[in-house]
Amino acid sequence: MTATLGVPMKRKEDPRFIRGKGRYLDDIVLPNMLYLALVHSPYPHARIKSIDKSAALAVTGVKAVITGEDLNAAKLEWLPTFHGFDKQMVLAFGKVLYQYQEVAGVIAETREAAADAAELVEVEYEPLDPVVDPFESMKDAVILRDDREEKTNHIYHWEVGKRDETDAALAASPVRIKERIVAPRCHPAPLEPCGAIADMNTATGRLTVYLTSQAPHVHRTAFSLVTGIPEDKIHIISPDVGGGFGNKVPVYPGYVVATVASVILGIPVKWVESRTENLTTTGFARDYHMDVELGATTDGKLTALKVSTVADHGAFDAAADPRKYPAGMFGIVTGSYVFPAAFAQVDAYFTNKPPGGIAYRCSFRVTEAAYAIERAMDILASELKMDPVELRSLNFIKNEQFPFATPLGFVYDSGDYETTMRKALSLIGYDDLRKEQAEKRQRGDLMGIGVSTFTEVVGAGPGKHFDILGIKMFDSAEIRIHPTGAGIVRAGTRHQGQGHETTWAQIVGEELGLDPQDLLVEEGDTDTAPYGLGTYASRSTPVAGAALALAARRVREKARKIAAHLLEASEDDVEWKDYKFSLKGVPGKAVTMKEVAFAAYTNPAPDSEPGLEATYYYDPPNMTFPFGTYVAVVDIDRETGAVDVRRFLAVDDCGTIINPMIVEGQVHGGLTEGYAIAFMQEIKYDEAGNNLNTNFTEYLVPTALESPSWETARTVTPSPHHPLGAKGVGESPNVGSPQAFVNAVMDALSPLGVRHIDMPLTREKVWQAIRGATA
Amino acid sequence: MVISVVVNGTRYERDVEPRMLLAYFLREELRLTGTHVGCDSSSCGCCTVVLDGTRAVKSCTMFAVMADGHAITTVEGLEQNGKLHPLQQAFWDNHGLQCGFCTPGMMMTAYAMLRHTPNPSEREIREGISGNLCRCTGYNNIVKAIAQAAKELTTVETVTDEIAAPQKETVPS
Repeated sequence: MTATLGVPMKRKEDPRFIRGKGRYLDDIVLPNMLYLALVHSPYPHARIKSIDKSAALAVTGVKAVITGEDLNAAKLEWLPTFHGFDKQMVLAFGKVLYQYQEVAGVIAETREAAADAAELVEVEYEPLDPVVDPFESMKDAVILRDDREEKTNHIYHWEVGKRDETDAALAASPVRIKERIVAPRCHPAPLEPCGAIADMNTATGRLTVYLTSQAPHVHRTAFSLVTGIPEDKIHIISPDVGGGFGNKVPVYPGYVVATVASVILGIPVKWVESRTENLTTTGFARDYHMDVELGATTDGKLTALKVSTVADHGAFDAAADPRKYPAGMFGIVTGSYVFPAAFAQVDAYFTNKPPGGIAYRCSFRVTEAAYAIERAMDILASELKMDPVELRSLNFIKNEQFPFATPLGFVYDSGDYETTMRKALSLIGYDDLRKEQAEKRQRGDLMGIGVSTFTEVVGAGPGKHFDILGIKMFDSAEIRIHPTGAGIVRAGTRHQGQGHETTWAQIVGEELGLDPQDLLVEEGDTDTAPYGLGTYASRSTPVAGAALALAARRVREKARKIAAHLLEASEDDVEWKDYKFSLKGVPGKAVTMKEVAFAAYTNPAPDSEPGLEATYYYDPPNMTFPFGTYVAVVDIDRETGAVDVRRFLAVDDCGTIINPMIVEGQVHGGLTEGYAIAFMQEIKYDEAGNNLNTNFTEYLVPTALESPSWETARTVTPSPHHPLGAKGVGESPNVGSPQAFVNAVMDALSPLGVRHIDMPLTREKVWQAIRGATA
Repeated sequence: MVISVVVNGTRYERDVEPRMLLAYFLREELRLTGTHVGCDSSSCGCCTVVLDGTRAVKSCTMFAVMADGHAITTVEGLEQNGKLHPLQQAFWDNHGLQCGFCTPGMMMTAYAMLRHTPNPSEREIREGISGNLCRCTGYNNIVKAIAQAAKELTTVETVTDEIAAPQKETVPS
């Protein structure tokens, strides 16, 4: 037996996927299953005057048409949002509040009949003026939500830090910059859309729901709360999930309507959203308008940070943030730097857009925060005429300052920012690139180098601070070792491509000296897996990964007793060494975990409990703080505005690494999403509230042609409080990269006097900036 | 309307609704669910299958009736006699997949591409798969996987012949 931690083991889940034998939601067909199609509003803001179902009901195969009024009668018209501040309409009643809002559901024997009949549901609307811009919404000229007691579009004010102290520090700073930095609305768009199959068994009273879910246990609790069905009568199965990126965390109206229909009809009902439904109704992210102010001394020492944000949450505040943190972990906005004073505030508003605020491949608003500070640092560097790298280095939190308490309330666990940055600069050849750039500038060529030295915060809990629906953000693991030394490992997480079936087996294999190939990993079935909060916010390895290691150590403690019995020694004389139990001081006298497992069932010690299994619920004492330095090198064509990302290097530090192949894969994928956000992906609305990006021909995501070739490297600074020292990595590349791209483009355009352009940096925007500057 | 289609070497005769898309014919009539549907606009390529051994087509943009008289290869037809196709092996070896949803379509596009371009450059591979989206991998490892499979296929001629010829046809009882 050799080490299994840190080994680039090929993935155990791949054999089924490469054979086309994955089992995704839409692959599941149940006997007599019906199909749900939803009817959507063409208007972003309108009163519903009447709904006529008759033509739809006349279509062959149609079983039922459900409207908001029907749900009202059953008291199922609202569904809770995860942080509990707001609720969301299941099907619109009274008013529609965003274009494509779900207005009715048609249940039919075939997908096609349901779709045909949905076209025939006649809804009479009285259009109202839409409010699309949060800066208009805040004027409260039109109150969008009739249902709320508070007659305002303002949802919440959240703040952290010391306002007066920060204002004073800014006023006293010899150098100040202020910039409006926008993280535009975008969408995760996993390739598998969201969907559900609800199957009410009227004989047993048990509801099984197959769900594209990143958090099946939370969904079980939510379903129980919405429907009133006791939680033991609800079984959620999250089958193979075709990508999530945050899109599959919330509960959506389609899930609820399919469930209501199945409960009423006693027949399974399937709903799978189309791509257009995906891009118009579920899973919006960002929409943060941030005014960022930095103060510094003339030699570049930071004095203060102030960020005031207007957040557009759409028609319902359906953000999946922890209850006490309506703006998520936005307090991470101080980044990797020491600030004597800092203050951040967020004011959120309703608009006539779909519910926003999901955490798109980020741990609740961390992407917005990292973008704000890293852009602002470059703007300050430019103001100070300093190299942005030297400005960062001067202000980094130093190694000896960890654990480091930030002025905005986090305690960073560990970091070595200077080493990681120097490694990146050396690998990319930073000094040579700056020389090349100077030469090119002489010729008028636009070349830019962008750096991001980000810190993110992941791995929620601890439970005392973070919860979803009131449930503490712990996670869990259960390990059962069979007589032959094989075993089954279950966790409360639910992977969507992150490779848990492999990495979880590696963790348990390492702790127990067993072959990961013999350890089956299972997630996503609420009947069998221990309760967990799910996979998002880069929390699986920091939280469930810790639970797995600690559950395995519990197994090992029990195994030690059995080993002592087999070695005819006292427990104190048995030590775990080189993946075996050895008798101290007696070379060669040892038993393997396999032998112990067999004995646990065939020859346990007298008066001991047979079997070999353990469960662990892990509530982390702190979050983890992965960091990294990313460098982008771009060349811009003056004539067309085309940006060529010539090189991109990511040096990540995510603590201890379980599987370097998977870590690198996560980084590649996140960088491509970061690229997409920087250059391509935006969900835009026109003034009339029309979504302008309703499918993949309008919402552009990168193909292999646009996507740069990624270079990666790592440093390892373990987390001191995680049992393995691991920090989580899935989101770092998405959190860390957009600003590296934007900083590079702005660096290239800086000789023209261009200071900032908001993402996405489309060719047209870049071209206009060049034209505007040179006209 | 009755159609006759050979899928992965097996001939099927089925009466289909004229509007039925080939993707749903494969998935729902034949229960070959490896072919996925990820968009409504022929953009994502998750549904890509190979027509008559050489042409990659998006089965969400083709009616089942248009496949009448043709041979279709899907991801389920790649593995032969218990041996993974070099593309399948290469995707596994190179971590060319994460959630797995785009993988069948990506491999079928590569399969057709390698029939026309047996020794593709990196640029040719990237162009070849530019009709297939992947949201997880960032494409680096997919490109590596296809390059590995190309090498494997050109050095083992018998394998090339095997994929060139439609598989032995059988009629299901």
